[in-house]
Amino acid sequence: MARIIAGIATSHVPAIGAAVDHGKTREPYWKPLFEGVEPARRWFREARPDVCIIVYNDHASAFSFKSIPTFALGTAPEFPPADEGYGPRPVPVVRGHDELAWHLAESIILDEFDLTLVNEMPVDHGLTVPLSVAFGQPDAWPCRVIPLCVNVIQYPPPTGNRCFNLGKAIRRAVESYPEDLKVAVFGTGGMSHQLQGERAGLINSEFDRAFMDRLVSAPGELTGTPHVEYMREAGSEGIELVMWLAMRGALAGTINEVYRFYHVPVSNTAYGLMVLEDGGSRG
Amino acid sequence: MRAPRDYDDIPGTYVQDAAHLRKGYHLNMFCLSLNEAGNRDAFRADEAACLDRYPMTEAQRKAVLERDWLGLLRLGGNIYYTFKLAAFDGMTMQQIGAAMSGTGISEAEFKQMLLDGGRPIEGNRSKGEGRGREGASSAAQARPIEGDRGKGEP
Repeated sequence: MARIIAGIATSHVPAIGAAVDHGKTREPYWKPLFEGVEPARRWFREARPDVCIIVYNDHASAFSFKSIPTFALGTAPEFPPADEGYGPRPVPVVRGHDELAWHLAESIILDEFDLTLVNEMPVDHGLTVPLSVAFGQPDAWPCRVIPLCVNVIQYPPPTGNRCFNLGKAIRRAVESYPEDLKVAVFGTGGMSHQLQGERAGLINSEFDRAFMDRLVSAPGELTGTPHVEYMREAGSEGIELVMWLAMRGALAGTINEVYRFYHVPVSNTAYGLMVLEDGGSRG
Repeated sequence: MRAPRDYDDIPGTYVQDAAHLRKGYHLNMFCLSLNEAGNRDAFRADEAACLDRYPMTEAQRKAVLERDWLGLLRLGGNIYYTFKLAAFDGMTMQQIGAAMSGTGISEAEFKQMLLDGGRPIEGNRSKGEGRGREGASSAAQARPIEGDRGKGEP
């Protein structure tokens, strides 16, 4: 049986990808961040998940205002890195796990989450930066990846509660897959940041730290947070944090917080990273 | 006019809602076209001719040609789309962040504000706190730039 071994939360700031791609990770600006990321990389080297389900958002790369799926699951065997306006990132092609992805599709849709299924899509920094955070700069990504793309750009995004329940549906789907696979679930984006307008550059560390605390011990308290509170307190782009709740929903009620790192600033963003081992994991 | 929304009183924030989408759709579709290298080449060769292919308002055209980053948002632009235009120009998010601040703050000052912990939430929660917000901005602006920690960084 497949099982979920852990949830990983990480911001997906594009500048992190650029720092990796252009060999800047030891520069003074970047050193604290990449030192802070190292324990998570160590965890990945030891835990070696077979498949990572990455809950992320697309930034006008695969999707756009032309069509706006609320939840889109990548069911393809592979996903090329997207050209986001300055050429694709020089990272390996992302290999999917189409058999598990189709199982997820069937299970989750019959569980009454109406996913959009996508068989051709490039993946942008929202997905490839979390891979760079977890694995550095390998010749090939060391695991299969199933992209689960959430609309958080066009209002209204799905609620935090809906994302949390989607996570539960992901868990039910994974646990009903017969092959013995170790699965990690990523929730990406956030933390507080605002890219746009006169309020650009907003960061709210107090909000972020409280969010991390409650994500571990009382996620049910976070699921009722309305969109306006994310936008007001964590910045218009801070609403990406609803994707962390999808990751948390996929984990057992009791979890083991293995690692937490918080760093301000990374580009315009408060960077957050968490590794949460599943309490129900059988080791 | 749409009914008032709970997020309307968040200052300096252009929520990508239905009204915003309908206002800025073609502007954003133009920006999206810059995802393709061929379109970037065509825009480099003749900006005005490329814009002719999109049914934008005159104000939107002007804002694109003049790189009016805040104006683009006010005219329905979305930051993830307008940033494609900024990336085309080789600009960073901090450069347009400074430009959108609307206070004359420089890129270096904007970066320093982030290094100092970001634009504070205090005074920036709602339009009712407007005075505080201006105070916060000018404080960040007035802060001297020390060393070169932010130089050349994203």
